[in-house]
Amino acid sequence: MVSQSTTPDVPVAGVAERGRPGAGERVREAAARSWRPVALLLACLVAWWAITAAKLIKAYLVPSPAKTLQVMADKAGYLWHHTWITTYETLLGFVIATIVGVLAAVLMVYSPAVERTLYPVLLFAQVIPKVAIAPLLVVWLGFGLAPKVVVAVLIAFFPVVISMVTGLKAVDPEMIQLSATMGAGPLQTFAKIRFPASLPHLFSGLKVAVTLAVTGAVVGEFVGANEGLGYVIQQANGNLDTPMLFAGLLVMSLIGVVLFVLVEFAEKLLLPWHASRRGTAVTTTY
Amino acid sequence: MPESTRERGRVEASRGGSVRLEDVAVRFRTKKKDVTALRDVSLDVAEGEFVAIVGPSGCGKSTLLKLVAGLLKPSSGAVRLRGEPVTGPRHDIGYVFQRAALLEWRSARRNILLQAEMRRMPADRARARTAELIAMTGLTGFEDAYPHELSGGMQQRVALCRALLHEPPVLLMDEPFGALDALTREQLNVELNRIWRETRTTVLLVTHSIAEAAYLADRIVVMTDRPGTVAEVIDVGLPDERDYAVTMARPEFARATARIRDLLGAASAAD
Ligand SMILES: Nc1ncnc2c1ncn2[C@@H]1O[C@H](COP(=O)(O)OP(=O)(O)O)[C@@H](O)[C@H]1O
Ligand SMILES: [Mg+2]
Repeated sequence: MVSQSTTPDVPVAGVAERGRPGAGERVREAAARSWRPVALLLACLVAWWAITAAKLIKAYLVPSPAKTLQVMADKAGYLWHHTWITTYETLLGFVIATIVGVLAAVLMVYSPAVERTLYPVLLFAQVIPKVAIAPLLVVWLGFGLAPKVVVAVLIAFFPVVISMVTGLKAVDPEMIQLSATMGAGPLQTFAKIRFPASLPHLFSGLKVAVTLAVTGAVVGEFVGANEGLGYVIQQANGNLDTPMLFAGLLVMSLIGVVLFVLVEFAEKLLLPWHASRRGTAVTTTY
Repeated sequence: MPESTRERGRVEASRGGSVRLEDVAVRFRTKKKDVTALRDVSLDVAEGEFVAIVGPSGCGKSTLLKLVAGLLKPSSGAVRLRGEPVTGPRHDIGYVFQRAALLEWRSARRNILLQAEMRRMPADRARARTAELIAMTGLTGFEDAYPHELSGGMQQRVALCRALLHEPPVLLMDEPFGALDALTREQLNVELNRIWRETRTTVLLVTHSIAEAAYLADRIVVMTDRPGTVAEVIDVGLPDERDYAVTMARPEFARATARIRDLLGAASAAD
């Protein structure tokens, strides 16, 4: 555990040369990169443990890490079920937000009239606190999946639109002119130049959107649900079952982190050219 | 044999030529003010001719190339390309910008092939022509490299190949070597001279380098400060095939460069 932090923080030998790093080297590199956040997390855990062990705070207010983990193990099936529900709502909301957001961005970039019409509406939809409209959505759509997904979409949509609009507008105008001299139509220019060029921007928006979608789904569950982590937390809250409440919070954050990492992975897979431009692997500066 | 093509080109020039501008003016209307970028520009370029355009920054050189390509409409006057009036973006040209403007997600070869895809050229012909151009411009070995793995000179070679893929009768180049170091620039000048002799395409080259203009061109258009107009057209009078060092030492070269310096010096002294 502690040996993690003794991993030297110096650039790994061989990084400066162009060759492909070996497997062991890659592991060491990853360790060198991630020991700080891991150490910080461990420090937080230790602090949490120390506070509860020293009984600085009453156990029913803040349960010990051991107690929380115990609950997670005992109620694994229960938690797993509700985790899956929340994940499903989140993903559905995220996917819908992505599709609708990208389409809206394309329309806005290609038609100034649409942009002028949609932009204020979007901004309005963005500034309304989602918690405030969630009850209304439950009244309209019932206690099922729909209101949770809608809140997730509403909250995740904005970063997608903004990043996609930025990406589509950031294309080199000379590239578009060049495309015109090649006899390309608007569709060809979009498919071969504009859309791929906007993807790095889109992905930075998607990473924000996916974490927000988790929040959206849980907010939807808070307002009216009999399933999902939001429901678990509310139940635990009502029963003053703080270990379960902490367990729910932990799992919820875990969903966000895992989905974020998945989007980042998809980005690396789909845009290797972009990742390698930002790449730190080739040279090291001090 | 090349000489006879040139002669034919020069004869055609008398009845329209490859590129023709007649009393062209361009005014840009912006919120703050109106800018006259070009006024009273008339120019006649023969088929197969190499014309360099020099002038102070902001005098409308890029604007002039965009007029020829049909990317901009003149406020008055007429632009003709290969005998036809220019009414919109033209496809019978190749365009090279100062920045290579490559797609960073495509390899060198696939950047060149973009031209073929957009034009829906037959795939086998496009492949063959790409291979030919890659060999001609010394890109062999870099076909599968991505733009960020290429030096500035290599990137500009890719852009040149892309502009030449469809064998355009007219090549427009806007300060294509402006961002390169002097040595790479010389190399590319020598290559461009050879490519021009081999392809016999009409070239309009905008440049800031007086030596580049005199080394490469048949004629040099020297422009005045904004609003840009043609100050003088210099006949260089060097043979088509030009060895770099030998050309630099020739009296025609010295005469042309001295004249450009005179004209440009006069333009900036007038400020
Ligand atoms: N799209 C445009 N809108 C407004 N002004 C422009 C535009 N394009 C060029 N200009 C102006 O026209 C003048 C000539 O520009 P340009 O042709 O780019 O000059 P050069 O290439 O010779 O440096 C400059 O003053 C420039 O600011
Ligand atoms: Mg320019």
